[in-house]
Amino acid sequence: MTQAPVIVAQGIGKSFGDFRALTDVDLTVHQGERVVVCGPSGSGKSTLIRCFNGLENHDVGTLVVDGITLHADAPEIRQLRQDVGMVFQQFNLFPHLTVLENLMIGPMRVRKLDRTAAEATARKYLDRVRIPEQADKRPAQLSGGQQQRVAIARALCMEPRVMLFDEPTSALDPEMIGEVLDVMVELAGTGMTMVVVTHEMGFARKVADTMVFMEAGLIVETSPPDTFFTAPKTDRARLFLDQILEH
Amino acid sequence: MSEARPLTLRRVLNTPAVAIGLYAAIMGVIIWGSYTGAQQMGYNWQWYQVPKYFYSFTEDGFVPGEILTGLWATIVLSLTCFALATVLGLLVALLRLSGLVAGVGVATLYLEVVRNIPLLVLLYLFYYVLGPVFGLDRWTAAVLTLGVFHSALISEIFRAGINSVASGQWEAAAAIGMSRAQAYRYIILPQSIRFMLPPLTGEGVHLIKSSAIVSVIAVAELTTVGRNIISDTYMSFEIWFTIAAVYLALTLILSFGVSALEHRFNTET
Repeated sequence: MTQAPVIVAQGIGKSFGDFRALTDVDLTVHQGERVVVCGPSGSGKSTLIRCFNGLENHDVGTLVVDGITLHADAPEIRQLRQDVGMVFQQFNLFPHLTVLENLMIGPMRVRKLDRTAAEATARKYLDRVRIPEQADKRPAQLSGGQQQRVAIARALCMEPRVMLFDEPTSALDPEMIGEVLDVMVELAGTGMTMVVVTHEMGFARKVADTMVFMEAGLIVETSPPDTFFTAPKTDRARLFLDQILEH
Repeated sequence: MSEARPLTLRRVLNTPAVAIGLYAAIMGVIIWGSYTGAQQMGYNWQWYQVPKYFYSFTEDGFVPGEILTGLWATIVLSLTCFALATVLGLLVALLRLSGLVAGVGVATLYLEVVRNIPLLVLLYLFYYVLGPVFGLDRWTAAVLTLGVFHSALISEIFRAGINSVASGQWEAAAAIGMSRAQAYRYIILPQSIRFMLPPLTGEGVHLIKSSAIVSVIAVAELTTVGRNIISDTYMSFEIWFTIAAVYLALTLILSFGVSALEHRFNTET
């Protein structure tokens, strides 16, 4: 990893009232790196990646994403979000727009592309996630797996430098998880910088450059996947892996 | 089969013959009551006089009568006020949702003041106090009064409609780099219209009805026209029945029109 860092978090902390969601988190993500964040629920994984595009503001520490230092009300935040795509657990597609319009609205309204260019981009990424035939349907007419693939395409249409995935398969029926993970594996193959919060360890083994294990708002372990899955450095991580892998 | 079920009072009342008979009887009593009441006080019914106040045919062809002119004024007044109330209401709702201390404060003060002054007093304030100060004519005073009064209610409708859109929609809009204004315009408001349409229709009907109050400052709308005709002809029964029926027709047409629109919205999504 000699590439430039895209995300540098140093000592960041975040509290919701009395609850400490993140404590002294350090993490560096380089250009082209794929980081998978795992850990039990409530461990702060989602809060951490939501800080990376300013959906949450950290209270202490410094966070630099794509060269921009993030803090509450940073005026560059909108510029940053155009370069940092996000995929949500609940898809959050725009239900009043067709699939194609969902993909075009960002490029047209935010990137100010004209309709022809936006539609070309939208169709390209709809092909990429393998549902070009659904372009004119509404999100509600699609299956969960298809909706999540549309959500991935929507983020990609902004031509981001980094993609954040917040438990992208947790709200899906089991038979639809595969189709979404396939798209993500393919995306990893294009050299996209990715930070993925997930429990899908098979996916992690396949694409991760770095595994991050969190518990109670702390990063407990950061290891390459070979080490993490075969000989985790911490007992906490070993226990967690035993729990989720024995099924 | 239905024969097997016991004959309850509800079932008897709902058999077609009984139901129609009852309905006719109730209506009959009301109409007969009004008619004999009027007879007893020696009221001279002159329904044949009423149509000419709607329209007449002269050598110029169709000429709208005073009631149609008044109805038109009521429609124009209501539309103008509704437009003003919508703009003000949206503004106040956005201020309240802005999270800015000053914005929330101004919006709350505005709502409390407007909601706690009687409509009639508000009208007098605009016409007799602000009117001379700012040189407002009676039409402008009427428009401002109704617009301001209904903006308070409409802002609540907007606020509720906006809040009923899932918070994930805000996040998704933010995540593709939209500003708050863009998120409102392209994502949030288009989705909240579905929630807002039924209460907004109710508010439109309410506005048409409360517009009658501007007759006290003699704005020439439907109610004022009614009063003028009566002071000329003394046909108070016929004219007030007629004016009431015209309001009823107007508000019913509005309600049916909007439910058709709503149906289209619902089938679209």
